[in-house]
Amino acid sequence: MFRRRRNPKDFAEEIRSHLELEADELEREGLSEEEAHRKARIEFGGVRAAEERFYLKARFEWFDNMSRDLKFAIRQMAKNSGFAITAILVLALGIGASVAIFAFVDAALLEPLPYADPNRLMAVNESIAEAPLLPLAYPDFVDWQHMNKSLSSLDVFAGAGYLLSTRDGTEPVTAGRVSGGFFRTLGVRPILGRDFAAGEDRLGGPNLTLISYGAWLHRFGGRKDVVGQRVSLDNTGYTILGVLPRSFSFALAGNAEFWVPINTLSPHEQTRNFFNFFGVGRLRDGVSPQTAQAEMTAIEKHLQNQYPNQGRNLTAQVVPLAEVFVGNVRPILLTLLGGAGLLLVIACVNVASLVLVRSESRRREVAVRGALGATRGRLARQFAVEGLLMAAAGGLCGVLVAAALMRLLGKLVPKDMAANMPFLDGVDLNVHTAVFACAVALGAALLLAGTSTARLSFQKVRDGLAGGDRGAASRLWQRLGANLVVIELAIAVVLLAEAGLLGKSFYRLLHVPLGFDPNQVATARVIAPEQVYKGGKARMAEFSREIVQRVKSLPGVESVGMTSLIPAQCDCATDQIHFPPRPYHGEHNEVDELHVSPGYLPALKAALVRGRLFTEDDDGTKPGVAVINESLARKFFLGEDPVGQKIANDEGGRDTEWEIVGVVSDVHEGALDATVAPTEYFPLNQTGDSSFTLVVRTRQDATALLPELVAMLHQIDPNLGVSDEGTLFAKIEGTQAALLHRFAAWLIGGFAGVALVLGVVGLYGVIAYSVSQRTREIGVRMALGAQRNAVYGLVMRQAGWLTVTGLALGLAGAVGGATLIRKMLFGVAAWDTVTLVAVAAVLGAAAMVASFVPAQRAASVDPVRALRSE
Amino acid sequence: MSTQHFNDHRIALLQGTLDLLILKTLVLGPFHGQGIARSIQRQSDDVFFVDHGSLYLALQRLEDKKWIAAKWGVSENNRKARFYSLTAKGREQLSTKTTEWQRLARAMELVVGGNRRPSSEEA
Repeated sequence: MFRRRRNPKDFAEEIRSHLELEADELEREGLSEEEAHRKARIEFGGVRAAEERFYLKARFEWFDNMSRDLKFAIRQMAKNSGFAITAILVLALGIGASVAIFAFVDAALLEPLPYADPNRLMAVNESIAEAPLLPLAYPDFVDWQHMNKSLSSLDVFAGAGYLLSTRDGTEPVTAGRVSGGFFRTLGVRPILGRDFAAGEDRLGGPNLTLISYGAWLHRFGGRKDVVGQRVSLDNTGYTILGVLPRSFSFALAGNAEFWVPINTLSPHEQTRNFFNFFGVGRLRDGVSPQTAQAEMTAIEKHLQNQYPNQGRNLTAQVVPLAEVFVGNVRPILLTLLGGAGLLLVIACVNVASLVLVRSESRRREVAVRGALGATRGRLARQFAVEGLLMAAAGGLCGVLVAAALMRLLGKLVPKDMAANMPFLDGVDLNVHTAVFACAVALGAALLLAGTSTARLSFQKVRDGLAGGDRGAASRLWQRLGANLVVIELAIAVVLLAEAGLLGKSFYRLLHVPLGFDPNQVATARVIAPEQVYKGGKARMAEFSREIVQRVKSLPGVESVGMTSLIPAQCDCATDQIHFPPRPYHGEHNEVDELHVSPGYLPALKAALVRGRLFTEDDDGTKPGVAVINESLARKFFLGEDPVGQKIANDEGGRDTEWEIVGVVSDVHEGALDATVAPTEYFPLNQTGDSSFTLVVRTRQDATALLPELVAMLHQIDPNLGVSDEGTLFAKIEGTQAALLHRFAAWLIGGFAGVALVLGVVGLYGVIAYSVSQRTREIGVRMALGAQRNAVYGLVMRQAGWLTVTGLALGLAGAVGGATLIRKMLFGVAAWDTVTLVAVAAVLGAAAMVASFVPAQRAASVDPVRALRSE
Repeated sequence: MSTQHFNDHRIALLQGTLDLLILKTLVLGPFHGQGIARSIQRQSDDVFFVDHGSLYLALQRLEDKKWIAAKWGVSENNRKARFYSLTAKGREQLSTKTTEWQRLARAMELVVGGNRRPSSEEA
């Protein structure tokens, strides 16, 4: 470009010499000396101009050519606007999809957590085989905190909910309970006020709270004097100590508004068997997570020797905090990124083959330009500029597509789920996504320019000029173009197969046997007012009876029940049980534990297998009773009758026994994609929980009942808290398991649809082009007596061959790809024959239709005209 | 491409064509710029008009591509002048460009001259 040129003085010297030589010659031709010099100058034209051109050329040649190339490229695109628009749209689709998905991947997996030095932050918890991550028991936390040497600090978090007193009554709010150093461990400082000071988290310490930025803005109008104000949580005054920064989030806390130090512990929380406190530790410099895990496990072993009733199989788990926060979305994000990547490849290949077809029709143009002196490099650059322009336009439109897609995908995530995925706020067009978009566009540009240039290097200028010949170049294109379309078809098969598998997984997930009827059920979380709860189990039982009675009076209500947790959500509350009089050595017999009202299991339409369900008589004055599910019976009472036997557990440090009175068929309590856990049900009236979820079966639409239900609850007691009202069906559809599978199925399905269209259109292009190139050959064949059927066969054979090759490659790729995403599959194998056969059938049929049109055209060739056409 | 002047019967040169003409002229031996210009004009029966500015830029371009080499010397009438001569690479280019040109010319002739096919087509 900017090669070192000869000295301009030397050039001026040469021109002077030229003028003298010319003048000499003119003199010899008979002009006077003066006349000769004058004429020589005139003949030369502007000497200055020549010198200037020489001077500037070095500098401007490149830009000049560039702008000329650009203008030419734009003219070319305008002239073939159909081609240009198609190419740009296809590119925009591919680039847009991959950029949008990348934005999610970036925010979730690449962007560090919003804490100081987040790589050193570890989730430090207990672990057993059945639950690899078991939060800490509070006494264990205290011991771990004091005994360990691998962590510079260890703190715990526990989710909480309070009733906030507002001017309009009470409102349930989400909160976090943390040990005092929690925010210092994370490296988060309040933007207003101060953090908890040492000792403020001691048991019985002062009631203090930090508030979230959102709460500050919405509840306190963002006023600076909020520090020192008092708020009432569960009828207890808390002093606001400070405001947390806007960027602060803690995935496990959802959208917690109030953060309070752990200064009281319930009886359960004081035991070593109540695993409720999620540990976050910061590794000391130079300490690896493995070292820390080994040390914590050793400490745990030591504690287990000291406190034998804790059981013997507890170990520790130390993993990066980010792993816990985003580990569950990693498989789906990587799956989607893979899908978007494949779509991008197919889009690029599609456009590349369009470019090939176009370059075929530009052979003569290239040949003429070559003959007129354009060097190969110059032509290659022209193509590069065209590729770049197209990719730039595609990239730009792609970013618009990406922005729209991001917004759409963001909206599809339900609010309460989004609260647990704070990274969603970071999904945006930022530097990372911009760099990614540029890199993708550049890659596409290189591919497009490369295709044209490769095409060029196979073309002999004279072939192009001779025009008539359909020689080596066309055959080469046919081979190249055919290979490209095989790639497209193979990728389309992969995407279709993955979409099929994910769709089938989703279907299977939604059709998991639930063990209950989820339709026409309204639910709402109820928190009992402080004064009721303080009245003890009997008062609570009376309160629930009143609720049941009043709600039953609502029109259309069939049955009403209460539960500590609604089904098909998670195995969130577990219990460690044993079976007296069998000997017990602290084994971790973990079962799901639910507290339910007498009406709950009937309201769900769960089937009673043996014994009886709870009645209103099973209250706090009677010995404990329990109902178990069939899985529990199978696991622990194989070959025995469980009814009449005893379950023992540790209720708040007190060994408690519960007599089994009945067995119900399995209700799917845990996540849809989890197996049904052994489950025990205890009567709410005996456990006396302060909050529960109301389950109301109606004869009509459950959604319509919700407002009446909420109004009725407030009418019963204005101080009770109502939250999370919704239909049971929506709650199940909105679970993470269902959503992730739905997302994966729909998005990959969308990608697959686009891929199918692009692949089939690509095949159509190849076959149609091939037919147009072979018109004369077909004419000759027909003139020599070939039947139309034979011509059909000729074309369909070619299409069939390409399709079969693409299918074979694609099916192999699909099984490989499905193995990679097996974490996303549910109830379906990677090599699910039905899906693969269906995909092959769909693609095969589409391909046949696409090639039938050109075959039809080939068969209707008029031999006479075909032979004359050249 | 250079600006095209149409000056009565004289035809401005297309880029590329000028390169070919320069190379062709230099086959006869080293020439200085003025000599090349005169020679082209004379050999084309004064049909081609060589824009001198373009000529020197073309010479420079060919020199940059190492198709021709330049050396200061003295002309027959004792003037200092820069002499250009063909390099081996230039000679090679001359033969390719000549063939290309002949094909182009024939093709042009076919198109412009009434679409007659030559009796025997070259492979």
